[in-house]
Amino acid sequence: MADLTTDFLGIKSPNPFWLASAPPTDKEYNVRRAFEAGWGGVVWKTLGAEGPPVVNVNGPRYGAIYGADRRLLGLNNIELITDRPLETNLEEITRVKADYPDRAMIVSIMVPCEEQAWKDILPRVAATGADGIELNFGCPHGMSERGMGAAVGQVPEYIEMVTRWCKQYYDKPVIVKLTPNITDVRKPAAAAMRGGADAVSLINTINSITSVNLDTMSPEPSIDGKGSHGGYCGPAVKPIAMSMVSEIARNPETHGLPISGIGGITTWRDAAEFISLGCGNVQVCTAAMTYGFKIVQEMISGLSLWMDEKGYTSVEEVVGRAVPNVTDWQYLNLNYVAKAKISQDDCIKCGRCYAACEDTSHQAIAMSDDRTFRVVDEECVACNLCVDVCPVDGCITMEPMAPGEVDPRTGKVVEKEYANWTTHPNNPGAVAAE
Amino acid sequence: MSTPMTPGITKGRLPAETLAENFDDLHAPFAPHEAAVAADRCYFCHDAPCVTACPTDIDIPLFIRQISTGTPEAAGKTIFDQNILGGMCARVCPTEDLCEQACVRELAEGKPVEIGRLQRHATDTLMARQSHPYERAPETGKKVAVVGAGPAGLACAHRLAMHGHDVTVYDAEAKAGGLNEFGIAAYKSTDDFAAREVDWLTGIGGITVKTGMRLGEQLALDDLVGNFSAVFLAVGLGGVNALRSAGEDKDGVRDAVDFIKELRQAGDLTALPVGRDVVVIGGGMTAVDAAVQSKLLGAQNVTIAYRRGRERMGASEYEQDLAASKGVRLMFNAQPVAIHGNGTVREIELEYTSDDGSSLKGTGETVRLAADQVFKAIGQTLTTDGGLDMDGGKIAVTGAGRTSRAGVWAGGDCANGGDDLTVTAVAEGRDAAMDIHAMLSV
Repeated sequence: MADLTTDFLGIKSPNPFWLASAPPTDKEYNVRRAFEAGWGGVVWKTLGAEGPPVVNVNGPRYGAIYGADRRLLGLNNIELITDRPLETNLEEITRVKADYPDRAMIVSIMVPCEEQAWKDILPRVAATGADGIELNFGCPHGMSERGMGAAVGQVPEYIEMVTRWCKQYYDKPVIVKLTPNITDVRKPAAAAMRGGADAVSLINTINSITSVNLDTMSPEPSIDGKGSHGGYCGPAVKPIAMSMVSEIARNPETHGLPISGIGGITTWRDAAEFISLGCGNVQVCTAAMTYGFKIVQEMISGLSLWMDEKGYTSVEEVVGRAVPNVTDWQYLNLNYVAKAKISQDDCIKCGRCYAACEDTSHQAIAMSDDRTFRVVDEECVACNLCVDVCPVDGCITMEPMAPGEVDPRTGKVVEKEYANWTTHPNNPGAVAAE
Repeated sequence: MSTPMTPGITKGRLPAETLAENFDDLHAPFAPHEAAVAADRCYFCHDAPCVTACPTDIDIPLFIRQISTGTPEAAGKTIFDQNILGGMCARVCPTEDLCEQACVRELAEGKPVEIGRLQRHATDTLMARQSHPYERAPETGKKVAVVGAGPAGLACAHRLAMHGHDVTVYDAEAKAGGLNEFGIAAYKSTDDFAAREVDWLTGIGGITVKTGMRLGEQLALDDLVGNFSAVFLAVGLGGVNALRSAGEDKDGVRDAVDFIKELRQAGDLTALPVGRDVVVIGGGMTAVDAAVQSKLLGAQNVTIAYRRGRERMGASEYEQDLAASKGVRLMFNAQPVAIHGNGTVREIELEYTSDDGSSLKGTGETVRLAADQVFKAIGQTLTTDGGLDMDGGKIAVTGAGRTSRAGVWAGGDCANGGDDLTVTAVAEGRDAAMDIHAMLSV
């Protein structure tokens, strides 16, 4: 079984699966249970400054969207940072870290954008023995209206400034958590790096309204007939998160900056994908909130099994392996030609590939009277929609054509050489290959 | 108090509570959560095989999608648009041979989407929450006679009424409904559903039901043709085939359809007598319905004896399994040769058969089974033809139910073509109505 021990910023944990800063890590009771269940680390629910804690709403905090069979695909929340006293949290963090020295304990912090506020809290956090801090520059609701959370995360200069304060007043690793509610995530990441951040973590939640109550005409979750946008997370945000992670991983300015991946990670495979895109570890919240802490067992066994099959002996070996393959559209090989292929043995004759292709794509699937579905190579552009809508995994595949074969759609010979848009004759800005 | 062991034909073999349980809904209706889970399994197939398999062409993927989006009433409307007896069909259709057999998830996983129960969920919801969901077109002043208030006749009458015609439905029985009311196992149509469905269906208006009117007795086809613009015959199959075995006239031997009818109309099942050792002769749905209900009434031993092999049996595999699960013994390749007993049946003698595919032959070897009650379920026959051309013992029809006589249509079990199923009868009634409407609109 592959060794999943992870060293992230010098912080060791028995596996790369941390619980993200969120309700599951709000107090000692939950965190102890999480560690007993096998989680490698936690990022404690965000602490605020000394003084009366924030208050949460007393009605629904979460809204959801579902897939078939009411599988939760996306969750949003309007919960704030911890609503318990600072001292209580600090005492609990101290106790838990002392009892679980082998697990990563990171403390999430959000205090006002004033140097003194950070100068005040950082020594107290350091005294807990926690392994590092995460700066919550991402929370999109409630706190941002008070000049914290995403309000900081959307201004790169603030990120740099606060990160620098933290590096000045705290001597353990500083992770900057980024908001996705921004146009170009590379900018805040670069700002964090300039401020001295040891790592970035992303994504925080996305501004969202998950549903509208059509009886009361109020957004859900609804508080006394009114709703507010909340932070969206869960499986639905994974593609957005992975794209942002990859942008930071392949940006020359931030390349090599350690990343803690967050966003819809539900299974070992999700985790492996984030890691391949450059994450040194991953953080999980919605999956645990949906299924409980036990899911980490599947993540551990699945990642180990896959690594054994691939011959990887450490998580480190996987980190960033897919990054070189993330490129811009203009560099994709236009001489690569594939065709869809339907396995008649696996086909259950639902005809969804036909409906999708015939109604909305390229009319490249033929249907016979006996419901046999075949790809019309003369029309197929290999768009993959049939693969995506087929309910049977592996039934439809994209088969590359070999160089030298003639593409029946274009009548052209498939070229062996790589050629992209930058040199394509149809591109007005094409540059002749030299 | 009798028990299942009490010899002879006697009532009260089981306590009232047990009988109530035994004759409760075979498939309980879906709770909303169950319906949601079941609906989510539908793939919304293109040109869906389930629709092709449905004799009434209900748009099944659409109605299931409507259920899954929280609009079961809209789903009900989708069903009724094609099949106004969608409520009964949801209960009695052999879905395992029709839509559910064709479901791609049957192919994929051996577990089809539960279309029948979803249909019931949709139709029950709409029938419970709304008054009749269709409005009549302006009255045309045209009068149509429908003979037979079973599924074919009712479907025809509703469609004609919807198009503004004035419909009189005649039925020989004291109640409308046909086989829905008199012929289906009680556990498939509980809570007087058949009668409630007739009330709901006729709620469209423009339909007058006259009972106790039998073609050939109180009604004459010539009169109907003379008094109405069109006539639709849906008289079903009123006769029953004979066993042609010695001793068939002994006490305790009766037609399964009569037993089923009596049971359906019984107010108190504890008062309904049944034998201790019951033998049902036949291999169709009627045989299974009679056998299973005998068992549920408390008969100790119930055997279905079918002259051919299992693969030829008219009752579906599902029905066979249902019978077996209730404790009915299925006996194949055995045909009755004699019924023994001194005035009252005591034993039935069966001869084993061999079936080489083209002919069925007795092997000469016989076996006797104890029997104090024997039900004949070997097929029904048409009793009234009204002077129309016949085909294979049924009224010959072409196209949408046109008979050999102008102005007369026929459909359901009494007409040739199609399986003798409720859903087929509905399709034939509906299609004949459209043909009649087209003729009347010229």
